[in-house]
Amino acid sequence: MQVHGLTVAAGGQLVQQDLDFEVHRGEVLVVVGPSGCGKSTLLRHLVGLEQPAAGRVLLDGQDLHRGAEGPLAALRRRFGVMFQAGALWSSMTLGENLMLPLRLFTTLDGAECERRARFKLALVGLDGGFGLLPAQLSGGMRKRAALARALALDPELLLLDEPGSGLDPLNAARLDELVLHLRQYLGTTVVMVTHEIASVFAVADRALFLDPQERRMTAIGPPQELLAHGPAAVRAFLARADAA
Amino acid sequence: MPAHGFSLRSAAVQAVRQRGGGVRPRRRARHHRRVSQNHGAAGACASETTAWACEQGQWTLRLAPPAAGAAWIEAALPAAAAGSVRIDGGSLREWDAGLAAALWSLRARLQQRGLQVELHGLPPGLGEVLQLAQADAAVRGPAAPRRPGLRGSLHQARLTVAFFGEVLIVLARWLGGHARVRGADVLQQLDQAGPRSAPIVLLCCALVGVMLAYMGGAQLERIGAQGFLAGVVTVGMVRELAGLMTGVILAGRVGAAFAAQLATMQAGEEIDALRVLGVDPVAHLVLPRLLALLLMAPPLLACGALAGIAAGALPAVLVYGVSAPEYLQQSLRALTATHLWIGLCKGLLYAALVALAGCREGLHAGRSAEAVGRATTAAVVKALVWIVAAACATTVAFTAMGF
Repeated sequence: MQVHGLTVAAGGQLVQQDLDFEVHRGEVLVVVGPSGCGKSTLLRHLVGLEQPAAGRVLLDGQDLHRGAEGPLAALRRRFGVMFQAGALWSSMTLGENLMLPLRLFTTLDGAECERRARFKLALVGLDGGFGLLPAQLSGGMRKRAALARALALDPELLLLDEPGSGLDPLNAARLDELVLHLRQYLGTTVVMVTHEIASVFAVADRALFLDPQERRMTAIGPPQELLAHGPAAVRAFLARADAA
Repeated sequence: MPAHGFSLRSAAVQAVRQRGGGVRPRRRARHHRRVSQNHGAAGACASETTAWACEQGQWTLRLAPPAAGAAWIEAALPAAAAGSVRIDGGSLREWDAGLAAALWSLRARLQQRGLQVELHGLPPGLGEVLQLAQADAAVRGPAAPRRPGLRGSLHQARLTVAFFGEVLIVLARWLGGHARVRGADVLQQLDQAGPRSAPIVLLCCALVGVMLAYMGGAQLERIGAQGFLAGVVTVGMVRELAGLMTGVILAGRVGAAFAAQLATMQAGEEIDALRVLGVDPVAHLVLPRLLALLLMAPPLLACGALAGIAAGALPAVLVYGVSAPEYLQQSLRALTATHLWIGLCKGLLYAALVALAGCREGLHAGRSAEAVGRATTAAVVKALVWIVAAACATTVAFTAMGF
């Protein structure tokens, strides 16, 4: 994925401008910055939910925001997206949540869809939750179920919006571990938005810092390298969290 | 510098504790007396009031205890003051949130006049708290949304037309076999829209039938034409009122539920999750609801019309002396196929408008609990307005065409 000169706005207000970066195949790129700097807004632009004010997002050379809806939808199905609040379809069971995309976009029969849905739930440790409704789950389980649904169509690129937010440190660490395992065993590329620095050091190959004042990308690189040699504001941000 | 999340209340408490002024509950009364005495003593020692004074061109506000109460905020600074002014709190021993708020407010006023404000001799903690309030004031969120003007209304109208177009396209694709609708979704909506709405439709239509018979009977009695009362009630119910009442009840009961469901999904990013997968929310969420209402409208209409006609028989027989067999005979004679299909068309149109208003408001709702409420209200209001407008237009159109 390549991002060229991307300018993102929300509610008519400029959030970030001139973002230029690349997501390499198989890496975990973590987008980090203080609350309100536009991390989640950037993610919505990366998956094509919002039109950018300027710039382009390319996936294998194809623009994610321009073109006919059909091919664009097919392109977006190469993503798996986990939203901040999980966004599980509340009227469906976990099994139905996972099987819906399989039924709509594959030629698999019902039994095979169910088998795959159960497998994905087992991957995130929810093998017993197939028949449960989202309302019956705890916050951590809901996040894991959302991750399982994001994996339903075996995406090449997984985009995670604050997966650890609202979770206790133990559950947040479990989720980080899960992301690493998915990358390791399934070879999935991951773009993760977070403001939790512990997650950055735990999972990131590279971290991208967004500055809410400058409304620009401040730095991008391996977290340890940024902690040692990054811009002062980035070092201060990382060091404070590191110390905590 | 105080830590992040520091509050005025905690600052005041902390300041008191730093001075060794921590107070146990049982000693609180004694402490209050001591503070009052201190204030009184300080006030007596200073024997001055808070006021602006100019010394060698420098305007200074000397805060005299007790400084709380903040009447001194209104003390006018002479218009000649320019450049910088000083606020001197050297004679203050205590401070509280009221004094901090008053100083913060005064400083903002002076800064608005273009004056620089220097704070001197404030008690420990007060200066830091004011500094913190200054830093917070520097942060500005996005501007509050403005009330929609003409441009906003036009934008909303454009969205509505675009939504209608999307629905028509998806409907055409479904009819052509190019779009799938989950049967389970339609059945779920049918259950919500149909059987659960039937009792209230029956009740309301029956009451309207009674009203119609009473009013119609009173007028027909004056010319001795009570025999036509059954025809008036039957045609009125079948052609106009059963559909209208069913539409109104569906708007309040089902349209509002559609809007609330979809707006809640919007707030929880569930609709975004569909879009990311390339699932068309109109096909997946709107079409089952529209089909459910279109399927349930004819039986509800039929039940409503029958209830109205049957209830209309009560005043006809009991008040206006029409016999029951005559009422039945007149009703059947008045009921033509034209009235039936016009009533059906109108009922289907109202049902579609209810579904479209509910889904349109739900899908275009904001991402908050308040937005869910707004969407629900807007869905009901829009559905009612659209139904009445459609009723008027179709009545005029069918009559003009000779039906």
